[in-house]
Amino acid sequence: MAPASDILPTGADRAIAMQRAGINLDEHEAQQRRRRWMLLSSALLAIIIFGICPLFIIVMYSFLSPDDYAGVKWEFSTDAYVQFLFERDIFEESVRVFNTAYLEIYGRSFLLAIYSTFAALLFGFPAAYFMATRPPETRNLWVFLFTLPFWTNLLIRTYSMLIIIRDEGLINIGLQKLGIIDQPLVMLYTDFAVGLGLIYSYLPFMVLPIYASLEKLDFRLVEAGFDLYASRYRVLRRIIIPLAKPGIIAGCILVFIPALGAFITPIMLGGGKNLMIGNLISLQFGSSRNWPFGSAAALILMAFVMIALMFYVRTSGGGKVRAHG
Amino acid sequence: MATERSAVEARGVTKIFGHGPDAVRALDDVSIQIRENEFFTLLGPSGCGKTTLLRLIAGFELPTAGEILLEGEPVGHLPPNKRLVNTVFQSYALFPHMTVRQNIAFGLEMRGIDRATINPTVDEMLGLVQLAGYGNRRPSQLSGGQQQRVALARALANRPKVLLLDEPLSALDLKLRQGMRVELKNIQQQTGITFIFVTHDQEEALTMSDRLAVMSQGRIQQLGGPHEIYEQPVNRFVADFIGDTNFVLARVTAVENGRARCRSDSGLEFDVVAIADVAPGREVTFALRPEKIRLAKTDTPSRAKVVQATYVGTDTNYVVELADTSRLEVRVQNALDGHARFQVGDHVSIEVPAGAARMLMD
Repeated sequence: MAPASDILPTGADRAIAMQRAGINLDEHEAQQRRRRWMLLSSALLAIIIFGICPLFIIVMYSFLSPDDYAGVKWEFSTDAYVQFLFERDIFEESVRVFNTAYLEIYGRSFLLAIYSTFAALLFGFPAAYFMATRPPETRNLWVFLFTLPFWTNLLIRTYSMLIIIRDEGLINIGLQKLGIIDQPLVMLYTDFAVGLGLIYSYLPFMVLPIYASLEKLDFRLVEAGFDLYASRYRVLRRIIIPLAKPGIIAGCILVFIPALGAFITPIMLGGGKNLMIGNLISLQFGSSRNWPFGSAAALILMAFVMIALMFYVRTSGGGKVRAHG
Repeated sequence: MATERSAVEARGVTKIFGHGPDAVRALDDVSIQIRENEFFTLLGPSGCGKTTLLRLIAGFELPTAGEILLEGEPVGHLPPNKRLVNTVFQSYALFPHMTVRQNIAFGLEMRGIDRATINPTVDEMLGLVQLAGYGNRRPSQLSGGQQQRVALARALANRPKVLLLDEPLSALDLKLRQGMRVELKNIQQQTGITFIFVTHDQEEALTMSDRLAVMSQGRIQQLGGPHEIYEQPVNRFVADFIGDTNFVLARVTAVENGRARCRSDSGLEFDVVAIADVAPGREVTFALRPEKIRLAKTDTPSRAKVVQATYVGTDTNYVVELADTSRLEVRVQNALDGHARFQVGDHVSIEVPAGAARMLMD
């Protein structure tokens, strides 16, 4: 579209010009409104097609019945949600037994995601600080070197992790050769392995936002802190961390949410023994052929994440408003 | 007013930044003694090493050679948070995530002083810098001048032995700057804290300091009171940097009774106290302040002529061309009715009163 508004005179001038040209002002207004909608349409379409429609389909599916060979039957049913908490008795169809199996999967996933996020913060913050404190001319090189491994496919990185931590892997062979251990440490196919994989996969999402906020930090404030008798720990605690908080929060959210829904890492490094939410959902759309339950599981996950975020906003958001008010 | 004990001392301090061919010698064998309760100024153009010296005293940098002493004690091993010295930074460096109160209380808190003492101290400081009632604002809600006061209060709250001020007024506009000069000087006298003030503004240095050091290229060029620095500059750099100066090359014609008589090519005559090694025939440079030269109108065509006149309010600045086409700047107060005393094209005679010219030892 031509940038017509640039050519036309503005405001009152335009109104007068329009009247002279015999164009009805109301009509002109309407035309303006149409143009605005046309310009907005691409963004709106993207939101509707890629955001609202899929969500609507998932919500709809979760209230339908599973078809025998994947897909859904157009019969209303709340079975998917009931199934989340209750199991049908094997002998008596109508009897429902409370079943915590799925809640456990959710609980374990949340715990693993929280641990991974915390560990990523623990490793990521010093890394980000290191990069942000390099001289400006070498800073980009450090960022480049740090992100380079993450250009490799996730499967390959996860598989390398598997090779390193398996019983005959680099770590165990090394420790055995050094005589520190006799029997290999079992790391592969444990929650530890999954956590390690998650941290490694999502570390850049923690480091880069923190780096961005630390890079903007005025290090004269750090000097001022030292000048005012603060120890190194207190400068970190009272000045650097509060000022890097937006980056820390962004990093935590960016690691936590994908870690919660991860499914490649738990399958490869967890051995599929202990399911995570991502695996559960992928199973429902795959071999279990229960699309409604898969949809319900995804929506329940979404609800949990939203509750967690709202809780976060309520507890720390108040402080933030004060900080900027 | 100032006692003889030195609050800060630098002994043969050299600071080199970088290595190899890129190395920069920011300070070159600087020795200086700053007295207690003194308003001391480090004056010089940017890159002269004045800020580096301040940072060495604060402990942000360590000297390459030499040592810094606070109250007679070497402090080379002490990090900045262990030195009883506080800094007012050029950029103020106020903590943006804290209120004014929290900023001022920060140093006291870090030293483990209890709340019951901190609160009244913070109130007192807010009063001292005339910001009572601003305690709960954020630095971003304050004007530049107010931020500057908070920075000052934050440093003073700790009652440091020495307060370091790194060009604290440079970001303020002229009117505010002039007001703050007076205020800073008052606060220094009220608190009795040694102030070390870094600036490149000679007017600031002359009006506020008890003593000042003029620095250039990592060295102290001259150290003394404002009057001494202005009236008796020791070299061409100091004479040029402080105030306006004419430099006139002259040859010694006679030395007798400890006085030297000199004459320039343009015909100016100087009669000054002879410096040790002057002998007839030697060339010397004189520094001549524009306001100390006397002009008188002559009807007869003389060898000097006014070629330019610039009105500057109370005075008029004239450029006078001499016989050998060299030029001299002269500043003359205007007549009571505000009119300039001379016009372009006027022929004038020039008199240099005894003591008005300063022989430089370059």
